[in-house]
Amino acid sequence: MNTDIPAGKKSWFTPFNVVATIIILIGAVITFLRFTKGLGGVTNLSDNNPWGLWIAFDLLCGVALAAGGYCTSAACYVFGLKRYHSAVRPAILTAFLGYSLVVFALSYDVGRPWRLPYPFFVQQGTTSVLFEVGLCVFLYLITLFVEWLPSCLEWLGFRKPRDLIVRATLALTIFGVVLSTMHQSSLGALYLIAPSKLHPLWYSSYLPLFFFISSIAAGLSMVIFEGTLSHYYMHDKMDKTYLSEHDSVVRGFSKGAALVLAGYFLLKVIGIALDDKWDYLLTSYGAWFLLELLGFVALPCFLFAIAVREQKLKLCRWAAVLTVLGIVLNRFNVSWFAFNWQLAPADRYFPSWMEIAISVYVVTIGVLLFRFISTYMPIFYEDPQYREHVPHEGEEEERPEFVEHKLHRHPQTFGH
Amino acid sequence: MERRTFLGLLGAAGLGAALAKPAHAAGHPEFKGYPGSFGVLFDATRCIGCRRCEAGCNKVNELPPPPEPFEDLSVLNKKRRTHWWTYTVVNRYDNISGAAGPVYKKWQCNHCLEPACASACFVRAFSKTPQGAVTWDGTVCVGCRYCMIACPFEIPTFEYRQVLTPRIMKCTLCHPLITSGKLTVPGCVGACPVEALIYGRREDLIQIARKRLCDFPGRYLNHIYGEHEMGGTNWLYLSGVPFAALGMREDLGTLPAPELTSGALAAVPIVAAVWPVLLTGIYAINKRKNAIAQEETAQAVAKAMAQTQAEAEAKLKKAMTKAEADQKAAIQREVKKALEEAAKGPGQEGE
Repeated sequence: MNTDIPAGKKSWFTPFNVVATIIILIGAVITFLRFTKGLGGVTNLSDNNPWGLWIAFDLLCGVALAAGGYCTSAACYVFGLKRYHSAVRPAILTAFLGYSLVVFALSYDVGRPWRLPYPFFVQQGTTSVLFEVGLCVFLYLITLFVEWLPSCLEWLGFRKPRDLIVRATLALTIFGVVLSTMHQSSLGALYLIAPSKLHPLWYSSYLPLFFFISSIAAGLSMVIFEGTLSHYYMHDKMDKTYLSEHDSVVRGFSKGAALVLAGYFLLKVIGIALDDKWDYLLTSYGAWFLLELLGFVALPCFLFAIAVREQKLKLCRWAAVLTVLGIVLNRFNVSWFAFNWQLAPADRYFPSWMEIAISVYVVTIGVLLFRFISTYMPIFYEDPQYREHVPHEGEEEERPEFVEHKLHRHPQTFGH
Repeated sequence: MERRTFLGLLGAAGLGAALAKPAHAAGHPEFKGYPGSFGVLFDATRCIGCRRCEAGCNKVNELPPPPEPFEDLSVLNKKRRTHWWTYTVVNRYDNISGAAGPVYKKWQCNHCLEPACASACFVRAFSKTPQGAVTWDGTVCVGCRYCMIACPFEIPTFEYRQVLTPRIMKCTLCHPLITSGKLTVPGCVGACPVEALIYGRREDLIQIARKRLCDFPGRYLNHIYGEHEMGGTNWLYLSGVPFAALGMREDLGTLPAPELTSGALAAVPIVAAVWPVLLTGIYAINKRKNAIAQEETAQAVAKAMAQTQAEAEAKLKKAMTKAEADQKAAIQREVKKALEEAAKGPGQEGE
């Protein structure tokens, strides 16, 4: 941050804000075009390629990368890993924003967005995997909203409803994990109905399992990745507990990600063996498949393991970035690169620049909302008035330190 | 001609008041289609590629006129697919080994017995009618286009240029026109000049196809496409060349589309039932473990404290005993000293 500007008078005119404003303006124009000229006016979608970037990135990657919410809250509240407590709120906020933006982006992609509630309230197509995805995403969005609400209520100063929700934490967490298991896997199951269109190396009856397991790796890696970004940009909003727990979150989640990725790798290999698809590995699609499997599953798994063993937090962060890229690559492969592989090259899909711009616009909105909420609401710090648990005897001494730290916080972190 | 009309009339008579029912296909591996449902038999050995079926379809369905007139056969130089403005297309396939000249194929919705589109639709916009047609209901469609992903024949199309009311467009087997009595056979069938298309009950069409295979063994390949593909379709095909040479997938298998996802869908309630129990169990075990650990710690602390106290007490007692003993010894010493002094005293005084 610019140190020349005195506190309280920070200029609005930062490079980040300028770029964000430009993206938002472009997005607004394309939004106008989308709803005046139709999908054909802004996208390269066709009768052969009905699903494009907005499904591949905004829906499939969006949901997978928002998995940090259920992973972190399950680790903390169900598996009893209390030392990850300070990571829960940022992860829940990310997941809530992520899912909100998935629905927001879907309203661009579907033909008649105002009918999006129809599958639930008008006519239920229960034989459809998409129905299950829709229902779970809809219910999970509500769950995430309720899980996020305490930080908002603390900001607004409504203690009673906040306490009521906090008391339901365990139930909400379990409900969230159930819903996440179902729709993360169902996003993979969407493609089970098209064995004639998805390349055999990616088509597998294990698709739902692949999507679910990889979403855990994505969630854990996103928490590490985002924590790193937040450390750079939101440092002055973080309390001592968050900062002191952060390294242990990175270590613990890296260990978890290494294990999950190892399991995922084995499952993928079993998937190939089960259908005896080894021959395909020698084709050009096989090389692409191996790049995904070795470069973006096995390699980050290996890096995570080394980083945990050697206590190298920086390597943990790089492995997390690689894992996130690998999940994006996998979702792109299933829904785009290896989908409709039977078509002639001329009939294949490539997004228009406006489709890409809308995806960038959606991510930008997410970042802006995240920044706004974590600036004003207790996300990276605990409001001392609302300490989560009454400290045990051992922790009693921590309390004055926390207050003391608050006093020192500003002069300490101004240099960042 | 006569036979086609006859079969068509039979169809119109058989429709009655039966209305469309949603496709409840998943989980019924024995479903062999609605008995007496109607379909079309296409014979590639008869088709001359005149595109009159396209024109007939365009006319009865009131679709927009094409940029090139239907009489223009040069459009056949390019492979075409269905679009919102054309429910059916004829393509020409040249240089097929074993064929004397070009072979033509008419392509449109095959009206699956268990349609992928209907099973994939999350608002049940598609229906498999007992009469055979797969129809689409525009009053509920959200425009998600999952039906287009699901269809193995790449048939449903979307009105990408429509802003507010984009529709899914595909062949209806002229179901609305036939049920309302405006037509007796689909528009394409009625327009075919060479009887390459026959409309009738699916069972009868299969019999006709079998008879042709029997009567002209050299003319056809022994395969009725659509009899079993993807669980069977109401549209059936005969050909003298491999169907793959006509751009038709021969690797689709015989499994109906709904069965591809029924396993995954069946796992959903299991997750919903088992996960909460499992997760609550994990939570409870952790809680209990923590409680026990805490208890054990408390016990250990108490024990250690008790031990320390006991040790301290013992030490104190020992010290006290020692002090007492010391004191006693000191008193004894003093007494002894005093006595000794007392014993010495008189002696000295006496000297």
